[in-house]
Amino acid sequence: MLKISNLHVAIDDKEILKGVDLEIGPGELHAIMGPNGSGKSTLGYALAGREGYDITAGSVEFEGEDLAEMEPEERAAAGLFLAFQYPVEIPGVNNAYFLRAALNAQRKARGEEEIDSMNFLKAVRESLKSLKMDEALLKRAVNEGFSGGEKKRNEIVQMAVLQPKLAVLDETDSGLDIDALKLVAEGINAQRDGKRSFLVITHYQRLLDYLTPDRVHVLSDGRVVESGGEELAERLEAEGYAFLEEGSEA
Amino acid sequence: MNQTAQQVEQVIQQRYKAGFYTDIDSDRIRAGLDEEIVAMISAKKNEPEWLLEWRLKAFHHWQTMVGPNWAHLNLPPIDFQNIHYYAAPKQKDRPKSLDEVDPKLLETFDKLGVPLHERARLAGVAVDAVFDSVSVGTTFQKELKEAGVIFCSFSEAVQDHPDLVREYLGSVVPYTDNYFAALNSAVFSDGSFVYIPKDTRCPMELSTYFRINARDTGQFERTLIVAEPGSHVSYLEGCTAPMRDENQLHAAVVELVALEKAQIKYSTVQNWYPGDENGKGGIYNFVTKRGDCREDDSRISWTQVETGSAITWKYPSCVLRGDRSAGEFYSVALTHNHQQADTGTKMIHLGKNTTSKVISKGISAGKSNNSYRGLVRMAKRAHDARNYTQCDSLLIGKTCGAHTFPYIESANASAKIEHEATTSRIGEDQLFYCRSRGLDEEDAVAMIVDGFCKEVFKELPMEFAVEAKALLEISLEGAVG
Ligand SMILES: Nc1ncnc2c1ncn2[C@@H]1O[C@H](COP(=O)(O)OP(=O)(O)OP(=O)(O)O)[C@@H](O)[C@H]1O
Ligand SMILES: [Mg+2]
Repeated sequence: MLKISNLHVAIDDKEILKGVDLEIGPGELHAIMGPNGSGKSTLGYALAGREGYDITAGSVEFEGEDLAEMEPEERAAAGLFLAFQYPVEIPGVNNAYFLRAALNAQRKARGEEEIDSMNFLKAVRESLKSLKMDEALLKRAVNEGFSGGEKKRNEIVQMAVLQPKLAVLDETDSGLDIDALKLVAEGINAQRDGKRSFLVITHYQRLLDYLTPDRVHVLSDGRVVESGGEELAERLEAEGYAFLEEGSEA
Repeated sequence: MNQTAQQVEQVIQQRYKAGFYTDIDSDRIRAGLDEEIVAMISAKKNEPEWLLEWRLKAFHHWQTMVGPNWAHLNLPPIDFQNIHYYAAPKQKDRPKSLDEVDPKLLETFDKLGVPLHERARLAGVAVDAVFDSVSVGTTFQKELKEAGVIFCSFSEAVQDHPDLVREYLGSVVPYTDNYFAALNSAVFSDGSFVYIPKDTRCPMELSTYFRINARDTGQFERTLIVAEPGSHVSYLEGCTAPMRDENQLHAAVVELVALEKAQIKYSTVQNWYPGDENGKGGIYNFVTKRGDCREDDSRISWTQVETGSAITWKYPSCVLRGDRSAGEFYSVALTHNHQQADTGTKMIHLGKNTTSKVISKGISAGKSNNSYRGLVRMAKRAHDARNYTQCDSLLIGKTCGAHTFPYIESANASAKIEHEATTSRIGEDQLFYCRSRGLDEEDAVAMIVDGFCKEVFKELPMEFAVEAKALLEISLEGAVG
């Protein structure tokens, strides 16, 4: 599904990612943890194709295609989704209208028919309900005036409607209350059908308890310094990142 | 990041779709401006003596005035002797019905999306079309007549309703008001006249469509709307012109009179040719628009969507004379390439408990300059008057400018004036967010701009809101990447 090899990414000539290797197979859920500023969001942006995040070396393949060659909207249509750490407000643009336009743009790019409003509304309502979100949020402007937690849940609503093949979730759990965290985790699990893959960026083990990741990676200073199973997350929770340095020195 | 700026630049390259020229015989008065020209225009229109006198007074006054010199507009000198002040498509007589209108003219308006044939026209909208200096046809005459509404060209009104014209002409914008109002008063050729009788709700939207076609001509139309006590009317004007290398002058005057409890809603979708991407050609749009809430509880609302013209200078205003009268101004002004717009409103509170609301949305792109200039004046006797002004600017790219000039004059301590202003740039983060969801750059920009204008669009009559949105999208359309 996703194959990242020796990825180097620079922002304004400053190297942030310094050789990341990561492979995610179909149906797998991987977690990325790591200290603040280690480059987790940078990896997410680079995957989604944000301008200014220059790939200076290495490669990223998504379903066999070179992501570096694709525009952000082409990556979206190909099935890549990024839930933002800080979702963006678009004043005056109706939330439902935005999501439908996005879905139809993707469908059009894939040569599929546009979705009619009945089916669209049904799909959105279902995901809103499962996330216990008020339907009124559909009529409001995209993320405008949403609480921190509502913004995060709105990202998951978008994911549920867009049905990507690979979702990169950047700290979607930060800022959620305990109940919301559970709902979001259920929302993610509901999407796991053995084919869709996930890359979940998080600081906390709590989310991973619900998700049971296949692999956990630790990103530090632009490199994956440790990979393991679920037990790695538990160890980080208990000991912090200090042991990594000892480990790497040894 | 630079690349984004460039791409956005391309996205907003305007494609002007109304830029064609209709080859039609035109009856044109020689270029130049003097007493004889003024008299010739008046004679062409077979005007009564008093009107010629009024025009001449205006002309003499204009001669004593000097042209404007505005800080934020870069205005090249205009050679007033080089302009034709009157051009009309040749027709034997004034057409009695649309069937007598030259088919070429009808075709022009069809092409512009303003089919004059009533059958083809959206139900519920009556249209008066002005081609260069004259009105070529007004639709739905019969239906309006039954309601007692007068909606006709200004020339017809002078012939058929001279007393009404004489009573109200210049009563809101006197010819002494400003340089271009004086010029217009001297040489105005046609325009629209609307009269809504007492307690009448106009049965349909009224609209006028202005088209400049002939070369080197100016367009100087005059619109006068009178709403008797308790009446309601909603009126819309639209404008286009062919693409030409020379600049052309448009100097209109619009006067609105709202009597007791009357309501006038005046909407404009302005799409004059803005000039090319190097700033060559385009319309100079210098317009004086003013509404007089002359009696108690009257209400006047201006809504404008301005995307055209090389230079726009325009301040639709409300004089809130009657107690509890209300004025509103909703504006979207989009400038790009080398366009310059200096627009805003004046809310003059004279009566007690008068209220005004101003929502202005300026969008600038390319190398354009977009200024909001607004005056709120509270007179001594305007007890408990209130104003709310919100003024937002959206910048696209890094080479454009937005400026806000609020002027506040209050002579009454009980008056409340609120002013809010914001400036934002279409964020790279907003664009990326949209694109990461699958929208291409062009759609993303259109969507962000549309969202920014929402508060104004919702004030437009339904049909025109759709038109205005499409117009902005066309203005923002272009090849990406
Ligand atoms: N536009 C930029 N210009 C310069 N440096 C940047 C820019 N954007 C990010 N960085 C730097 O890149 C590094 C990685 O940032 P990133 O946002 O990827 O970290 P993160 O791992 O997501 O951190 P957090 O856990 O706090 O979200 C940081 O040192 C940050 O300051
Ligand atoms: Mg981050």
